Amino acid sequence: MGEAADGGADASRKRLLKSPAARDGLAVGLATAVYGVSFGALSVAAGLDVWQTCFLSLIMFTGGSQFALVGVVASGGVAAGASAIAAAGLLGVRNVVYGMRMKPVVDTGGPWRRAAASWVTIDESTAVALAQTDERQSRIGFWVTGVAIFVGWNLTTLAGALIGDAIGDTRAWGLDAAAAAAFLGLLWPRLKSLQTGAVAVAAAVVAAFTTPVLMPGLPVLVAAVVAVVVGWFDLLGRRRAT
Amino acid sequence: MTIWHIVILASIATLALKLAGYAVPASFLERERPARIADLLTVALLAALIAVQTFGDGQAIVVDARLPAVIVAAALFALRVPFVVVVIVAAAVAAGLRAVT
Repeated sequence: MGEAADGGADASRKRLLKSPAARDGLAVGLATAVYGVSFGALSVAAGLDVWQTCFLSLIMFTGGSQFALVGVVASGGVAAGASAIAAAGLLGVRNVVYGMRMKPVVDTGGPWRRAAASWVTIDESTAVALAQTDERQSRIGFWVTGVAIFVGWNLTTLAGALIGDAIGDTRAWGLDAAAAAAFLGLLWPRLKSLQTGAVAVAAAVVAAFTTPVLMPGLPVLVAAVVAVVVGWFDLLGRRRAT
Repeated sequence: MTIWHIVILASIATLALKLAGYAVPASFLERERPARIADLLTVALLAALIAVQTFGDGQAIVVDARLPAVIVAAALFALRVPFVVVVIVAAAVAAGLRAVT
Protein backbone atom coordinates (compact mmCIF):
# COMPACT_ATOMS: atom_id res chain seq x y z
CA MET A 1 0.00 0.00 0.00
CA GLY A 2 2.92 2.31 0.77
CA GLU A 3 4.22 2.19 -2.79
CA ALA A 4 1.07 3.79 -4.17
CA ALA A 5 1.56 6.89 -2.03
CA ASP A 6 4.72 8.25 -3.67
CA GLY A 7 5.26 9.68 -7.18
CA GLY A 8 3.33 8.16 -10.08
CA ALA A 9 0.49 7.08 -7.83
CA ASP A 10 -1.84 6.83 -10.79
CA ALA A 11 0.40 4.50 -12.76
CA SER A 12 1.06 2.28 -9.78
CA ARG A 13 -2.64 2.17 -8.97
CA LYS A 14 -3.34 0.96 -12.50
CA ARG A 15 -0.63 -1.64 -12.16
CA LEU A 16 -2.08 -2.70 -8.82
CA LEU A 17 -5.57 -3.18 -10.22
CA LYS A 18 -4.19 -5.17 -13.14
CA SER A 19 -2.57 -7.64 -10.78
CA PRO A 20 -4.54 -10.88 -10.46
CA ALA A 21 -4.14 -10.84 -6.68
CA ALA A 22 -5.83 -7.45 -6.42
CA ARG A 23 -8.72 -8.58 -8.58
CA ASP A 24 -9.14 -11.71 -6.44
CA GLY A 25 -9.00 -9.60 -3.32
CA LEU A 26 -11.64 -7.13 -4.48
CA ALA A 27 -13.97 -9.92 -5.62
CA VAL A 28 -13.64 -11.76 -2.32
CA GLY A 29 -14.03 -8.44 -0.51
CA LEU A 30 -17.28 -7.59 -2.26
CA ALA A 31 -18.73 -11.06 -1.70
CA THR A 32 -17.79 -11.08 1.97
CA ALA A 33 -19.01 -7.56 2.66
CA VAL A 34 -22.54 -8.69 1.94
CA TYR A 35 -22.41 -11.06 4.97
CA GLY A 36 -22.14 -7.95 7.07
CA VAL A 37 -25.83 -7.28 6.55
CA SER A 38 -26.72 -10.64 8.13
CA PHE A 39 -24.29 -10.08 10.97
CA GLY A 40 -25.69 -6.62 11.73
CA ALA A 41 -29.29 -7.83 11.70
CA LEU A 42 -28.54 -10.94 13.81
CA SER A 43 -26.56 -8.92 16.31
CA VAL A 44 -29.38 -6.51 17.12
CA ALA A 45 -31.77 -9.49 17.15
CA ALA A 46 -29.55 -11.02 19.86
CA GLY A 47 -29.96 -7.90 21.99
CA LEU A 48 -26.87 -5.84 21.16
CA ASP A 49 -27.43 -2.21 20.19
CA VAL A 50 -26.23 -0.61 16.97
CA TRP A 51 -23.06 0.81 18.62
CA GLN A 52 -22.07 -2.53 20.14
CA THR A 53 -22.69 -4.22 16.81
CA CYS A 54 -20.50 -1.74 14.94
CA PHE A 55 -17.83 -1.93 17.65
CA LEU A 56 -17.52 -5.67 17.04
CA SER A 57 -17.05 -5.23 13.30
CA LEU A 58 -14.52 -2.42 13.77
CA ILE A 59 -12.41 -3.86 16.59
CA MET A 60 -12.97 -7.60 16.70
CA PHE A 61 -13.22 -7.84 12.90
CA THR A 62 -13.28 -11.61 12.54
CA GLY A 63 -16.63 -12.86 11.29
CA GLY A 64 -16.76 -16.29 12.91
CA SER A 65 -16.00 -14.91 16.36
CA GLN A 66 -18.53 -12.12 15.90
CA PHE A 67 -21.29 -14.54 14.86
CA ALA A 68 -20.35 -16.84 17.76
CA LEU A 69 -20.53 -14.03 20.31
CA VAL A 70 -23.97 -12.87 19.25
CA GLY A 71 -25.13 -16.49 18.88
CA VAL A 72 -24.28 -17.32 22.48
CA VAL A 73 -25.73 -14.02 23.74
CA ALA A 74 -28.90 -14.73 21.75
CA SER A 75 -29.38 -18.08 23.49
CA GLY A 76 -28.16 -17.21 26.99
CA GLY A 77 -28.25 -13.43 27.35
CA VAL A 78 -25.79 -11.48 29.49
CA ALA A 79 -25.65 -14.44 31.93
CA ALA A 80 -23.79 -16.41 29.25
CA GLY A 81 -21.24 -13.61 28.88
CA ALA A 82 -18.20 -15.67 29.90
CA SER A 83 -19.13 -18.39 27.43
CA ALA A 84 -19.72 -15.81 24.71
CA ILE A 85 -16.24 -14.36 25.26
CA ALA A 86 -14.69 -17.84 25.36
CA ALA A 87 -16.49 -18.95 22.19
CA ALA A 88 -15.40 -15.82 20.32
CA GLY A 89 -11.84 -16.32 21.56
CA LEU A 90 -11.68 -20.00 20.62
CA LEU A 91 -12.98 -19.27 17.14
CA GLY A 92 -10.25 -16.64 16.89
CA VAL A 93 -7.50 -19.17 17.63
CA ARG A 94 -7.11 -19.93 13.93
CA ASN A 95 -6.05 -16.31 13.41
CA VAL A 96 -2.89 -17.15 15.38
CA VAL A 97 -2.03 -19.71 12.72
CA TYR A 98 -2.86 -17.23 9.96
CA GLY A 99 -0.64 -14.62 11.58
CA MET A 100 2.29 -17.06 11.69
CA ARG A 101 1.77 -17.88 8.01
CA MET A 102 1.38 -14.24 6.94
CA LYS A 103 4.21 -12.74 8.98
CA PRO A 104 7.02 -13.46 6.50
CA VAL A 105 4.77 -12.29 3.64
CA VAL A 106 3.53 -8.94 4.94
CA ASP A 107 5.68 -7.98 7.91
CA THR A 108 8.33 -5.84 6.20
CA GLY A 109 7.53 -2.58 7.98
CA GLY A 110 7.59 -1.34 11.56
CA PRO A 111 5.25 -2.02 14.46
CA TRP A 112 2.41 0.04 12.92
CA ARG A 113 2.37 -1.99 9.75
CA ARG A 114 2.52 -5.14 11.82
CA ALA A 115 -0.45 -3.98 13.92
CA ALA A 116 -2.43 -3.10 10.79
CA ALA A 117 -1.53 -6.43 9.21
CA SER A 118 -2.63 -8.40 12.24
CA TRP A 119 -5.88 -6.41 12.39
CA VAL A 120 -6.87 -7.51 8.89
CA THR A 121 -5.55 -11.06 9.29
CA ILE A 122 -8.68 -13.14 8.73
CA ASP A 123 -9.77 -16.23 6.75
CA GLU A 124 -10.20 -14.37 3.48
CA SER A 125 -7.06 -12.20 3.42
CA THR A 126 -4.95 -15.23 4.33
CA ALA A 127 -6.66 -17.43 1.75
CA VAL A 128 -6.16 -14.94 -1.10
CA ALA A 129 -2.52 -14.39 -0.09
CA LEU A 130 -1.81 -18.14 0.04
CA ALA A 131 -3.46 -18.69 -3.34
CA GLN A 132 -0.84 -16.51 -5.11
CA THR A 133 2.28 -17.94 -6.66
CA ASP A 134 4.83 -15.20 -5.98
CA GLU A 135 5.58 -13.19 -2.88
CA ARG A 136 4.70 -9.78 -4.31
CA GLN A 137 1.27 -10.98 -5.45
CA SER A 138 0.76 -12.58 -2.03
CA ARG A 139 1.42 -9.27 -0.33
CA ILE A 140 -0.91 -7.40 -2.69
CA GLY A 141 -3.61 -10.03 -2.30
CA PHE A 142 -3.39 -9.90 1.48
CA TRP A 143 -3.69 -6.13 1.76
CA VAL A 144 -6.30 -5.58 -0.94
CA THR A 145 -8.51 -8.32 0.46
CA GLY A 146 -8.07 -7.25 4.07
CA VAL A 147 -8.75 -3.57 3.44
CA ALA A 148 -11.65 -4.18 1.01
CA ILE A 149 -13.35 -6.48 3.50
CA PHE A 150 -12.70 -4.14 6.42
CA VAL A 151 -14.38 -1.22 4.67
CA GLY A 152 -17.24 -3.24 3.19
CA TRP A 153 -17.91 -5.33 6.29
CA ASN A 154 -18.21 -2.28 8.52
CA LEU A 155 -20.53 -0.40 6.16
CA THR A 156 -22.82 -3.40 5.69
CA THR A 157 -22.78 -4.21 9.42
CA LEU A 158 -24.18 -0.74 10.10
CA ALA A 159 -26.81 -1.21 7.39
CA GLY A 160 -27.83 -4.62 8.78
CA ALA A 161 -28.01 -3.34 12.35
CA LEU A 162 -30.29 -0.49 11.28
CA ILE A 163 -32.51 -2.85 9.27
CA GLY A 164 -32.65 -5.32 12.16
CA ASP A 165 -33.46 -2.53 14.58
CA ALA A 166 -36.35 -1.40 12.40
CA ILE A 167 -38.17 -4.69 11.89
CA GLY A 168 -39.18 -5.51 15.48
CA ASP A 169 -40.06 -9.16 16.24
CA THR A 170 -37.08 -10.98 14.79
CA ARG A 171 -38.51 -14.49 15.24
CA ALA A 172 -41.49 -13.66 13.05
CA TRP A 173 -38.96 -12.74 10.35
CA GLY A 174 -37.10 -16.01 10.80
CA LEU A 175 -33.88 -14.33 11.92
CA ASP A 176 -33.14 -17.17 14.36
CA ALA A 177 -33.13 -19.62 11.45
CA ALA A 178 -31.03 -17.17 9.45
CA ALA A 179 -28.41 -17.31 12.21
CA ALA A 180 -28.22 -21.11 11.99
CA ALA A 181 -27.97 -20.88 8.21
CA ALA A 182 -25.18 -18.30 8.51
CA PHE A 183 -23.15 -20.63 10.77
CA LEU A 184 -23.76 -23.43 8.29
CA GLY A 185 -22.42 -21.20 5.51
CA LEU A 186 -19.24 -20.56 7.49
CA LEU A 187 -18.85 -24.27 8.22
CA TRP A 188 -19.63 -25.62 4.74
CA PRO A 189 -16.30 -24.91 2.97
CA ARG A 190 -14.42 -26.61 5.83
CA LEU A 191 -16.20 -29.95 5.48
CA LYS A 192 -13.68 -31.36 3.04
CA SER A 193 -12.43 -34.45 4.85
CA LEU A 194 -13.75 -37.35 6.86
CA GLN A 195 -12.03 -35.83 9.88
CA THR A 196 -13.73 -32.42 9.70
CA GLY A 197 -17.10 -34.02 8.91
CA ALA A 198 -16.84 -36.36 11.90
CA VAL A 199 -15.79 -33.52 14.21
CA ALA A 200 -18.71 -31.39 13.01
CA VAL A 201 -21.27 -34.14 13.61
CA ALA A 202 -19.84 -35.11 17.00
CA ALA A 203 -19.65 -31.49 18.16
CA ALA A 204 -23.24 -30.82 17.10
CA VAL A 205 -24.45 -33.93 18.96
CA VAL A 206 -22.49 -33.02 22.11
CA ALA A 207 -23.85 -29.46 22.05
CA ALA A 208 -27.45 -30.60 21.56
CA PHE A 209 -27.29 -33.26 24.29
CA THR A 210 -25.64 -31.00 26.86
CA THR A 211 -27.93 -28.01 26.26
CA PRO A 212 -30.62 -29.13 28.76
CA VAL A 213 -28.11 -29.85 31.53
CA LEU A 214 -25.53 -27.04 31.23
CA MET A 215 -25.70 -23.28 31.60
CA PRO A 216 -26.43 -21.47 28.31
CA GLY A 217 -23.23 -21.01 26.31
CA LEU A 218 -21.35 -23.90 27.92
CA PRO A 219 -22.49 -26.61 25.46
CA VAL A 220 -20.60 -24.82 22.68
CA LEU A 221 -17.41 -24.87 24.74
CA VAL A 222 -17.82 -28.52 25.75
CA ALA A 223 -18.22 -29.38 22.08
CA ALA A 224 -14.85 -27.71 21.41
CA VAL A 225 -13.21 -30.50 23.43
CA VAL A 226 -14.09 -32.86 20.56
CA ALA A 227 -11.79 -30.83 18.30
CA VAL A 228 -8.93 -30.84 20.80
CA VAL A 229 -9.13 -34.61 21.31
CA VAL A 230 -9.48 -35.47 17.62
CA GLY A 231 -6.82 -32.93 16.64
CA TRP A 232 -4.35 -34.01 19.29
CA PHE A 233 -4.36 -37.68 18.30
CA ASP A 234 -5.15 -36.95 14.63
CA LEU A 235 -8.05 -39.40 14.73
CA LEU A 236 -9.42 -40.20 11.25
CA GLY A 237 -6.63 -38.00 9.95
CA ARG A 238 -4.27 -37.79 7.01
CA ARG A 239 -1.72 -40.03 8.67
CA ARG A 240 -3.87 -43.07 7.92
CA ALA A 241 -4.55 -42.01 4.33
CA THR A 242 -0.92 -41.44 3.35
CA MET B 1 -21.40 -8.05 33.42
CA THR B 2 -23.08 -5.93 30.76
CA ILE B 3 -23.16 -6.46 27.01
CA TRP B 4 -20.50 -3.74 26.67
CA HIS B 5 -18.18 -5.74 28.95
CA ILE B 6 -18.72 -8.85 26.85
CA VAL B 7 -18.14 -6.96 23.60
CA ILE B 8 -14.96 -5.22 24.79
CA LEU B 9 -13.37 -8.21 26.54
CA ALA B 10 -14.04 -10.52 23.61
CA SER B 11 -12.66 -7.94 21.19
CA ILE B 12 -9.46 -7.58 23.22
CA ALA B 13 -9.10 -11.37 23.30
CA THR B 14 -9.51 -11.86 19.56
CA LEU B 15 -7.28 -8.91 18.69
CA ALA B 16 -4.60 -10.22 21.05
CA LEU B 17 -4.75 -13.58 19.27
CA LYS B 18 -4.21 -11.88 15.91
CA LEU B 19 -1.17 -10.00 17.29
CA ALA B 20 0.12 -13.18 18.93
CA GLY B 21 0.33 -14.91 15.56
CA TYR B 22 2.84 -12.32 14.39
CA ALA B 23 4.86 -12.73 17.60
CA VAL B 24 5.10 -16.53 17.55
CA PRO B 25 8.38 -17.87 16.11
CA ALA B 26 7.79 -19.49 12.73
CA SER B 27 9.25 -22.84 13.83
CA PHE B 28 6.10 -23.45 15.92
CA LEU B 29 4.14 -23.74 12.71
CA GLU B 30 6.30 -26.59 11.54
CA ARG B 31 4.56 -28.65 14.13
CA GLU B 32 1.35 -29.92 12.58
CA ARG B 33 -0.58 -30.42 15.77
CA PRO B 34 -1.32 -26.80 16.73
CA ALA B 35 -2.47 -25.93 13.21
CA ARG B 36 -4.69 -29.00 13.02
CA ILE B 37 -6.32 -28.31 16.39
CA ALA B 38 -6.95 -24.67 15.45
CA ASP B 39 -8.65 -25.82 12.24
CA LEU B 40 -10.78 -28.43 13.98
CA LEU B 41 -11.71 -26.03 16.79
CA THR B 42 -13.31 -23.80 14.18
CA VAL B 43 -15.26 -26.71 12.74
CA ALA B 44 -16.43 -27.99 16.14
CA LEU B 45 -17.53 -24.58 17.39
CA LEU B 46 -19.43 -23.72 14.23
CA ALA B 47 -21.18 -27.11 14.27
CA ALA B 48 -22.07 -26.69 17.94
CA LEU B 49 -23.44 -23.22 17.28
CA ILE B 50 -25.57 -24.58 14.42
CA ALA B 51 -27.01 -27.23 16.77
CA VAL B 52 -27.75 -24.74 19.55
CA GLN B 53 -29.15 -22.15 17.17
CA THR B 54 -31.36 -24.73 15.43
CA PHE B 55 -32.69 -26.71 18.41
CA GLY B 56 -32.07 -24.55 21.46
CA ASP B 57 -34.79 -22.61 23.24
CA GLY B 58 -33.22 -21.43 26.46
CA GLN B 59 -32.18 -24.72 28.05
CA ALA B 60 -34.77 -26.79 26.19
CA ILE B 61 -34.27 -28.66 22.93
CA VAL B 62 -37.19 -28.11 20.55
CA VAL B 63 -37.92 -28.94 16.94
CA ASP B 64 -39.67 -26.07 15.19
CA ALA B 65 -39.65 -24.05 11.96
CA ARG B 66 -35.88 -23.58 12.24
CA LEU B 67 -35.08 -27.21 11.36
CA PRO B 68 -36.75 -27.21 7.91
CA ALA B 69 -35.11 -23.83 7.27
CA VAL B 70 -31.65 -25.24 8.06
CA ILE B 71 -32.25 -28.33 5.91
CA VAL B 72 -33.21 -26.06 2.99
CA ALA B 73 -30.08 -24.00 3.68
CA ALA B 74 -27.88 -27.12 3.59
CA ALA B 75 -29.38 -28.15 0.25
CA LEU B 76 -28.76 -24.67 -1.19
CA PHE B 77 -25.15 -24.58 0.07
CA ALA B 78 -24.63 -27.98 -1.59
CA LEU B 79 -25.88 -26.41 -4.83
CA ARG B 80 -23.34 -23.57 -4.38
CA VAL B 81 -26.00 -20.90 -3.99
CA PRO B 82 -24.40 -17.67 -2.61
CA PHE B 83 -24.27 -17.21 1.14
CA VAL B 84 -26.54 -14.19 1.37
CA VAL B 85 -29.25 -15.75 -0.78
CA VAL B 86 -29.20 -18.87 1.40
CA VAL B 87 -29.47 -16.87 4.62
CA ILE B 88 -32.42 -14.90 3.26
CA VAL B 89 -34.19 -18.04 2.00
CA ALA B 90 -33.67 -19.75 5.38
CA ALA B 91 -35.23 -16.79 7.17
CA ALA B 92 -38.11 -16.79 4.68
CA VAL B 93 -38.76 -20.52 5.17
CA ALA B 94 -38.91 -20.16 8.97
CA ALA B 95 -40.99 -16.99 8.79
CA GLY B 96 -43.36 -18.57 6.27
CA LEU B 97 -43.86 -21.72 8.35
CA ARG B 98 -44.53 -19.65 11.45
CA ALA B 99 -47.01 -17.50 9.58
CA VAL B 100 -49.11 -20.50 8.50
CA THR B 101 -48.94 -22.57 11.71
